Amino acid sequence: MSRTLKDTWTMTKRSLRHIVRSPDTIITVVLMPIAMMLLFVYVFGGAIGQTTDSVNYVDFITPGIIIMAVVSGIAYAAVRLSVDVHKGIVSRFRTMPVAPSSILAGQVASSTLSNLVSSLLVLAVAFVVGFRSDAGPGEWLIFAVLLVLFTLATTWLAIFFGLLAKTVEGAGAFSYILLLLIFISPAFVPTDSMTPILRRFADNQPMTPVIETMRSLLTSGTAGGSVWTAVAWCVGILVVMYLASLWIYKHKAISVSG
Amino acid sequence: MENAITVNGLEKTYDKNAVLRGVSFDVEAGSIFALLGSNGAGKTTTINILTTLIEADAGRATINGFDVATQQDKVRQQISLTGQFAAVDDILTARENLELIADLRHVPNSAKTAQDLLERFGLIDAADRRVTTFSGGMRRRLDIAMSLIGTPAIIFFDEPSIGLDPEARNGMWETIRTLANTGTTIFLTTQYLEEADQLADKIAILHGGTIVATGTARELKQLVPSGVVELTFHDETERAAATRVLEPCYQVATSDGMKLTVATSNRIEQLAQLFTHLRDARIEPVDFYQRSPTLDDVFLKITSREPGEH
Repeated sequence: MSRTLKDTWTMTKRSLRHIVRSPDTIITVVLMPIAMMLLFVYVFGGAIGQTTDSVNYVDFITPGIIIMAVVSGIAYAAVRLSVDVHKGIVSRFRTMPVAPSSILAGQVASSTLSNLVSSLLVLAVAFVVGFRSDAGPGEWLIFAVLLVLFTLATTWLAIFFGLLAKTVEGAGAFSYILLLLIFISPAFVPTDSMTPILRRFADNQPMTPVIETMRSLLTSGTAGGSVWTAVAWCVGILVVMYLASLWIYKHKAISVSG
Repeated sequence: MENAITVNGLEKTYDKNAVLRGVSFDVEAGSIFALLGSNGAGKTTTINILTTLIEADAGRATINGFDVATQQDKVRQQISLTGQFAAVDDILTARENLELIADLRHVPNSAKTAQDLLERFGLIDAADRRVTTFSGGMRRRLDIAMSLIGTPAIIFFDEPSIGLDPEARNGMWETIRTLANTGTTIFLTTQYLEEADQLADKIAILHGGTIVATGTARELKQLVPSGVVELTFHDETERAAATRVLEPCYQVATSDGMKLTVATSNRIEQLAQLFTHLRDARIEPVDFYQRSPTLDDVFLKITSREPGEH
């Protein structure tokens, strides 16, 4: 057990060095959601804001913007892993007596840490443009736990696609689907304004309970009715993607053919 | 002598393309073994199976007695792999790359291990530079240094000299010889007869998915003509005439319409005889040169052999 933990820490250190040494990716990950936030608050906010009733529009969209930052962050985790696959570094690790879970969990741990940092940065900018919350420490704690759970689940999804990707360029493409899911959710507009079919989809996809629970925690001080649905989605995706990724790592010929 | 590697009837098919059709060989502990074959012969597939990267469809292989299919962890403790492309981390420095592998192999003092290897492989001046700034030769040296960490009993080299200039290649050969002298078993793949000749105690030729010949370099060379003369003629008619004259006495092959490859020893007597044949038939080649046999010639000889003939 201690060996596995030590190896995971070794791999996490390596991956964190990668993140810290490519500042351009950090900037992209944080800047894009912040630009979206400013766009929504100052350009669309005036019009859309009237539909969010009593909730201030900045407060309404902040959870969605944070989720967006996480989704663009995990895309880089997939790209980093894909680079390792295509440069033969994963093959090197696979021929060494190191547990597969350590190799992959190192990527997951560093991705989770860096995504928490970018979430904090987004939150800081949100405060600057007027975000306020009455949530107490308990609500913030639940908020943080759900955010970590969501990040873990989507990072394992990224690991899965990173291992499978035929090219490094294609490794992050799955994140566009996640971004689309954010737009077809109550992240920026209430779902009652959507067409019936879209609304039905929006109300039953995984992003919705996560975003609604986060918003409820920050704006009304309770977790709301979606919290267990949100947790169930995250845990489900986490378990399935963890198992699928490990299976691929162990069995699929992910070595570069020659 | 004990066998470090035993391979028995390995088969592997990719998308209906049978790459390995029953490959068998043994490698003695402490020896240098070369798997010789052309591009696409299945050398990398064989190495990938032996290093637990892919699973064979059929057959069995053991590394120091451990089965590569069922005892992967034990196998991985015995081996290390240096692939065709230096598998080094570009974003880390050379020292960090070495320390990473040392940590993962649980070497007692990873910092000292890294320092020693940096000195041994002449990378000390570049130790704290990111690998992305390294030349191809430096990357290769770092790659090998990483493979030596934890002193694995068997080291696999997949085409170790590919893409290296002659000086770097000689350095690579020296490294491999030094390793073998310390008792490490070396398994390498190559497409160059010369490389196998220079390094290997035993050579196996992989062709068409099976081992078509095994032996020491000396034994294999006896299968191959010691020299080859390439003749170019004015036109195809001349070439056909030359083929008719030479065929009864020599092994000849036509690579294109006007060229003829004739197997002969490189002794002056034999060469004179060859040209006498041509002169007597009044055939004048427009160009000719004598060269050493290549792997192609070995293949030509071995694969043109009648079934059952040895």
